[in-house]
Amino acid sequence: MTVHSEPVQAPWDRAGAGSSVDVEHEPSLALHIEDLTVSYEYRPVLWDIDLDIPPGVLGAVVGPNGAGKSTLIKAILGMVPVAAGHIYVFGRPHHRQLSRIGYVPQRTSVDWDFPTTALDVVMMGLYGKLGWIRRPGKAERQKALEALEHVGMAPYAHRQISQLSGGQQQRVFLARALVQDADLYLMDEPMAGVDATTERHIIGLLKELRSRGKTVLVVHHDLQTVSQYFDWLVLLNVRIIAQGPMHEVYTLDNLRHTYGGQIRLLQGLAGALATDGDGEAKPGDGRSAGDGGAAALGR
Amino acid sequence: MVGAFLDNVDLVIIAIGALVGISASLLGTFLVLRGASLYSDAISHSILLGIVLVYLISGDVHSPYQVVGAALAGLATVYLSELLGASKRVKQDAAIGLVFPALFALAVLLINLYARDVHLDEHAVLLGELAFAWLDVVPVGSLEVPRSLLTMGIITVVNALFVTLFYKELKLAVFDAGLAHALGLKPRLLFYALLLLTSVTAVGAFDAVGAILFVTFVIVPPAAAYLLTDRLWLVLLGGCLIAVMSSVLGFHAAMYLDVSIGGMMATITGLLLALAFLAGPRYGLIARFLRLRQQRVQAHVRMLLVHLYTHEHEAEAEMENVPRALEHHLRWSPRLSRAVTAIAQQQGLITVEPAGQRLHLTEQGRRMAQEVLEPWRRI
Repeated sequence: MTVHSEPVQAPWDRAGAGSSVDVEHEPSLALHIEDLTVSYEYRPVLWDIDLDIPPGVLGAVVGPNGAGKSTLIKAILGMVPVAAGHIYVFGRPHHRQLSRIGYVPQRTSVDWDFPTTALDVVMMGLYGKLGWIRRPGKAERQKALEALEHVGMAPYAHRQISQLSGGQQQRVFLARALVQDADLYLMDEPMAGVDATTERHIIGLLKELRSRGKTVLVVHHDLQTVSQYFDWLVLLNVRIIAQGPMHEVYTLDNLRHTYGGQIRLLQGLAGALATDGDGEAKPGDGRSAGDGGAAALGR
Repeated sequence: MVGAFLDNVDLVIIAIGALVGISASLLGTFLVLRGASLYSDAISHSILLGIVLVYLISGDVHSPYQVVGAALAGLATVYLSELLGASKRVKQDAAIGLVFPALFALAVLLINLYARDVHLDEHAVLLGELAFAWLDVVPVGSLEVPRSLLTMGIITVVNALFVTLFYKELKLAVFDAGLAHALGLKPRLLFYALLLLTSVTAVGAFDAVGAILFVTFVIVPPAAAYLLTDRLWLVLLGGCLIAVMSSVLGFHAAMYLDVSIGGMMATITGLLLALAFLAGPRYGLIARFLRLRQQRVQAHVRMLLVHLYTHEHEAEAEMENVPRALEHHLRWSPRLSRAVTAIAQQQGLITVEPAGQRLHLTEQGRRMAQEVLEPWRRI
């Protein structure tokens, strides 16, 4: 496997790795994946993934369409069968830690004509803690309302969800993840096809989660903004191309390896890379709002 | 009192229809929302295989094991269809359409070969005979209760309990199976439980009302209620109400016209759906038409405001901002320009100079025009 930069923690450095599933496994890492392979009909979608995400980072997963970005998220959530490998979340097998993972699926993955309100969708985030049969009550309503308030959607709490704009729907999904009060957040293209206001809102929220000590991993499709928004980068194209702190991994060389032939996409970036650094550029600047093509499901 | 009710044949028939309707539409709400309503059609046919197989083993048409056989046949239909669909070689709906005719055909062949002498003909399976459902009674204590009334009563209670207890789980499983799974709420298990109950309900409905009315009750009342409301629990409740209404109205209409009771009940559900489609408060055609008209009026008002705004400070304002110019420049008919001017005036967006009839924007009107022209200025 080729890694074009030196990650802070080398993924193959597995001190104290035990074979037993019950033993804590790299508990100092929010996410630790070993030799993960996911395939559809024996065609690998993810190939031998070794991935380490330290706690408290705001990380982006970036790669071309069909790179397996969504599949990686779904594998961590146990939504797709794993052909080989292990996934550990805060040191324990992922399927035991689902209650510590907050999930924001692609907006298009649900039917927005479903007869329900924004508030109700947010309350769904609490169903796991409620457990079977128990109904959400006043406390849950209150929590959901607060989360909606937090994402600036309180006035829309009782709207039917199909009457919300795409950006508003995305914020409802974020509020739903917030009430889950998870430690690791996995988000699948939360900024795909949203307006600039919502994008600013979302990125503010992600940074706030990080400052509260949460770990956030986001599938992101926009190479222009990735280095401004995130501090950790995973470059994925069926296999891991590179991973580590943004300033080490975000190099033209790595991106070229990730995107292969699609160089045209990168040419405009060369300039940006040279001047970017840590300068605080305005988010949402100089890019088209709806990036439909790149938002396609990557599996 | 119960005795008097049971002696009233009309009431018994209506009650059986209503119970089938309630039990079917409670489950149907979730099937319709999940886009899986075709499964009810598939199951209502393929359960015949289960019934035939149980008969061949037990030799009894009315054995309680029939429920087990039918439930298994129903689950097999769903499982095989999903399996075929998951292969990606066949589309999901086509997979359903491939599996259930095969199972149904097998059942028909088995009847022809081994059970020719038994009352299990395809006609009764498809249409049922509600008119005679009260003839087949079972003793309960000192009472003689029609078998269909008893079974459908029990099934309705079970379905209502299932939907009430697992309301939030079912809702999440249908809306976002991914999250349901991540939260440990087993959406697949729930889906199969839902279809298991659908199979059991189909067996119960099978004798009383036949497969067609059953499928009607699974799909149409929830679909109609869905047009009337934005809340899931209201869809459930509305579906039940529509099902009961269909049973009552259908029975009386059938008596009046001297036609098949089940057929008439199904027809009424269709009519109620059409009514909801036309007159639904938000999604109905009439409401949509009114809303579009309202939007058209508002669009014209905005056009007027923008026109006044752009010419407000020009030298030709005298010429442009008068009713005649609207007819000329916006190509509005005199009637339209009069109407739009009146509405804008009424909404406090413009004032009309009495003498020269010159139109002036009010502060509010100017703000609105600016918002149209420069939306980014908002906030």
